[in-house]
Amino acid sequence: MEVFSISVDSVFVHKIWNDNELGKMLGGKDVPFAMLSDQNGNIGRLYGIYDEEAGTETRGRFIIDPDGIVQAFEVMTPPVGRNVNETLRQIQAFQYVREAKGAEVTPAGWRPGKNTLKPGPQLVGNVWKEWKVQEAFEE
Amino acid sequence: MKEFEAGCSRPKGQAKPATETVLTPDVERGEQRTMIQVGKPAPEFSAPAFYQGKFVEMNLADYKGKWVMLCFYPGDFTFV
Repeated sequence: MEVFSISVDSVFVHKIWNDNELGKMLGGKDVPFAMLSDQNGNIGRLYGIYDEEAGTETRGRFIIDPDGIVQAFEVMTPPVGRNVNETLRQIQAFQYVREAKGAEVTPAGWRPGKNTLKPGPQLVGNVWKEWKVQEAFEE
Repeated sequence: MKEFEAGCSRPKGQAKPATETVLTPDVERGEQRTMIQVGKPAPEFSAPAFYQGKFVEMNLADYKGKWVMLCFYPGDFTFV
């Protein structure tokens, strides 16, 4: 998994943010992923998340598979932070179904180790036997 | 990712899309910006980056074969 962050800040500002703040949160280590600079907003426009009025990116997060296909995205306005665990859960689920090549799908609330569903004629109308609503809420 | 020398001028290789795309919708002609779609190819681009003490050029196309997460955010030193 390769992670990249992107904002309209220059690479110089990224360095100073790394050196003076983020590095301190990480116990003196550098930020472990590349911090990309999109100073003219072109990448943000390409992905549909650039805010023309504010001149900044919104909080957009994209999961791209090994074939270069966008599997998921989430876009939020600035004041609310993301849930990293939910992002990790989605990545694990997309990796699982890719591995299963369509033989299995992950129901709501799925986490590694929990039951998957096997789509097919025999499952039609029978999901209630295989999956309980409470599973959507269980960790 | 290839390292580049950062001098007094801004780093070369300003973030740019690899494909020719209409970036700014022409509203007068009725064009609307469309969100990218799941299940469709991620738009390719290259961009300057800061990574582990170095300035490097990142090219999304180099990461075919790997899972990639792109995380956009409003700005460095913002709080959330």
